[in-house]
Amino acid sequence: MSETFDAIVIGAGPSGNACAYVMAKAGLNVLQIERGEYSGSKNVQGAILYADALERIIPDFREDAPLERHIVEQRMWILDDKAHVGGHYRSDAFNEEKPNRYTIIRAQFDKWFNRQVREAGALVVCETTVTELIKDAKGKVIGVRTDRDEGEVYADVVVMADGVNALVANRSGLKKEVTPESVALAVKEMHFLPQDVIESRFNIGEEEGVVIEVAGSVTVGMVGTAFLYTNKESIAVGIGCLVSDFTEAQVRPAFLLEKFKNHPSIKPLLAGSEVKEYAAHLIPEGGLNAVPQLFGDGWMIVGDAAQFVNAVHREGSNMAMTSGRLAAETVIEAKKAGKPMIASVLSAYKKALEDSFVIKDLHKYRRLPKVLHNNKHFFTDYPRLLSQAAETMLRVDGEDKRSKEKKITKSFRSTRRIGGLIGDMFNLARAFR
Amino acid sequence: MQEISIKVEEKLYQNRYMVDEGRPHISVKPHTKPSDALAALVKVCPAGCYTRNETGQVEIAPDGCLECGTCRIVCAATGDIEWNYPRGGYGILFKFG
Repeated sequence: MSETFDAIVIGAGPSGNACAYVMAKAGLNVLQIERGEYSGSKNVQGAILYADALERIIPDFREDAPLERHIVEQRMWILDDKAHVGGHYRSDAFNEEKPNRYTIIRAQFDKWFNRQVREAGALVVCETTVTELIKDAKGKVIGVRTDRDEGEVYADVVVMADGVNALVANRSGLKKEVTPESVALAVKEMHFLPQDVIESRFNIGEEEGVVIEVAGSVTVGMVGTAFLYTNKESIAVGIGCLVSDFTEAQVRPAFLLEKFKNHPSIKPLLAGSEVKEYAAHLIPEGGLNAVPQLFGDGWMIVGDAAQFVNAVHREGSNMAMTSGRLAAETVIEAKKAGKPMIASVLSAYKKALEDSFVIKDLHKYRRLPKVLHNNKHFFTDYPRLLSQAAETMLRVDGEDKRSKEKKITKSFRSTRRIGGLIGDMFNLARAFR
Repeated sequence: MQEISIKVEEKLYQNRYMVDEGRPHISVKPHTKPSDALAALVKVCPAGCYTRNETGQVEIAPDGCLECGTCRIVCAATGDIEWNYPRGGYGILFKFG
């Protein structure tokens, strides 16, 4: 391949597909390179699709995208060893003409998304791994080297959408390595059950879905969360914790997943299911402080590679698609104006991100990773205290209610002391502000 | 902590792989005593690819690798391992992801 493309996109996940699609749709000559057999074969997510981010790219995606269930109910559970305390939100308002969130199966969804990229006119090359960037004498990125014979290709701009490990940017010295403290390892299984069993078990209709987000003793004191999402004929169940906590605690991830699946609140939901896949994936959790330099001469970084994940709200794929789209729009604008793809021009991408929810939300929660990391009792003491409190109040055993209240207050005080309780409230409030 | 018996190999058995015979994408550098980071991989690797041999060194058999990158990040500072993605088309092939 000796031709020079307008743009090369490395990777075919949500950010890469969004970016390649928008540029191809605008008539640019786009090459997308994916190391998997097809788009999706290397990609792992829970997975929730946020409609808004995709709608801004493909407005009528609902017509043929492989969607599992639209979400009508969110359960948030805090677990101790025997119990869960939780809040649920379910609304018929989520049964709308254009639902807001869907569960999806990434291998299928990404394949569909990538087909749209091809149909928009991009050249997609799979089973090819990009090994490094090619730079000119002045350091401007002018192409990529791949693991194919004579695998050098050139473009005016290279967009790195190669996921959380971001090997290409790391190895080209454009980005610092991700640290074990700023990334979570999640393991996940796909449990298959008949559609009607899922619907009766979760009290939902044919197209409706439930998501359960979980924190508490299931992460055995590590910073992390677990989840359970309903697909049409399967349930995705997974758990993730910071890599630094895994290494410190020497916990086997598969053991943690097994412990979660066997929790008395979870086990009945999975009973009788057939497991068809076990996956593992890293999730950027470092927040705004982990976001690298996003652009330079001839390059931009999008999606997980740029560490765009809102760990609090479990949002990442929407940030990926949005950053991919904004990078594409930056290139299109520059092309239109006949400008070179140099840092001063591509800085418009960063500006657009700052004006969007992507950077605004990361900024809002910028303090949270540190607060959670330094306050492990949010994952240990509080779940236990909450569960004990609920049990104390609900068990009718002849003890008067005032004494029960005193017992609960005392349990909180003796565990965290007054100063600790106030400090915790302050830290959390500040981190969420 | 209590150790419940789970076999990671049984979990991996559900997965689809295209193994690049004779070209492992991860290798452990020669060592006599593993660093703490390297030793931790025996437990932390979600696919159980790392094991301790009889003489105490850490070895890897990356056939069941899920390509998450955890070991890469844990050992980034110590440089104990050589890590690359498999050649295009090889490695894990997720059916669902």
